Amino acid sequence: MDISQKITEDLVAAGIGFVTTVPCKQLAGVIDAVERHPALHHVPSNKEDEGMGLCAGAWLGGTKPCIIMQNTALGVTINSLATLIQFYRMPLPMLISYRGELGEPIACQVEMAVHTKALLAQLHIPAYHFHHQADVEELPRILDYTFMCSKPVAVLTDATFWGGY
Amino acid sequence: MIRYDVLKEIAPILRPHLVVCNIGIPSQELHAIDDQPTNFYMLGTMGLASSIGLGLALAQDKTVIAIDGDGSVLTNLGTLPTIANNVADNYILLIVDNGSYGSTGDQPTYAGRKTSLAKMAEAAGCEHVVECAAEDTGRVLAEAIEARRMTVIVSKCESGNRKMPVITMDPVVIRDRFMKAVAG
Ligand SMILES: Cc1ncc(C[n+]2csc(CCOP(=O)(O)OP(=O)(O)O)c2C)c(N)n1
Ligand SMILES: [Mg+2]
Repeated sequence: MDISQKITEDLVAAGIGFVTTVPCKQLAGVIDAVERHPALHHVPSNKEDEGMGLCAGAWLGGTKPCIIMQNTALGVTINSLATLIQFYRMPLPMLISYRGELGEPIACQVEMAVHTKALLAQLHIPAYHFHHQADVEELPRILDYTFMCSKPVAVLTDATFWGGY
Repeated sequence: MIRYDVLKEIAPILRPHLVVCNIGIPSQELHAIDDQPTNFYMLGTMGLASSIGLGLALAQDKTVIAIDGDGSVLTNLGTLPTIANNVADNYILLIVDNGSYGSTGDQPTYAGRKTSLAKMAEAAGCEHVVECAAEDTGRVLAEAIEARRMTVIVSKCESGNRKMPVITMDPVVIRDRFMKAVAG
């Protein structure tokens, strides 16, 4: 199965029903698969903090959410993560494209890449880094873990994982 | 009429419904006027009440009223196109437009000057937008609930706050009792 399809099936198998996204080139395939999957309600958001509000609402309404975004979005979501998702103790799986890693063609992306893990660590957000395609096998357990502990959890997916651009 | 008077007047209309309330004094006022398990109080995140309300409305069938402020909508303007393009007929966004950042000392917002949030909502694609005077908020809100179609209400009121105690309820308790009320 295609990797984007597999990730999407894992979201559905974890009981996720609501997905919000802001695009990244690396995430195009998975966003496409999410949009097409009949079990997922896909609501694109204009900014990732808005997306976290939508996810919080879906969770309050009894639907497991997921946000798909680029690592640069950490800059605009720290307040929402701390004062909404963490303060009210809500689960939020975050599938994140880890731009600025090996294979990156755009120098500017490296500027947020160097802060990504440090910011997540500072926020005490569990973070998993998918580098090899086989790493995707852990996704179902990461999703279960997220809803078990009711925390935001980051899955960083780099260019090597996606097989280049 | 200031925000407090509007909230006091609409409290009986809100009571049977799910309410997501804006950060700061709006939540403190609603909490003091009529605390309900069906109220979700924002304690710290500015701008996301309308987004939380939309996510909630899309996830279940009960009527959801998001009470937001002009300043908070201005800080999350992307919410208007998202609302417009993801129609939930059980969703009402009530913007209490006092033309100021009330909670932080009534500094003026652009909504109190040249900017029309109602026109912005319309331009975003929202199909039912009603701007009303503070005095008419109750009637307009009751009509929108009755019609059961997604509506954005911009209630123009005066700037000002009631002195209120802060909400000391634990956020996890607020969230837990709210989720039980949603599921109940
Ligand atoms: C990111 C962020 N910036 C600033 C604040 C401070 N703040 C809290 S409430 C508020 C005013 C909100 O104004 P509005 O939404 O119009 O509500 P009102 O109190 O006027 O009803 C501000 C600026 C904050 N909580 N978060
Ligand atoms: Mg205001």
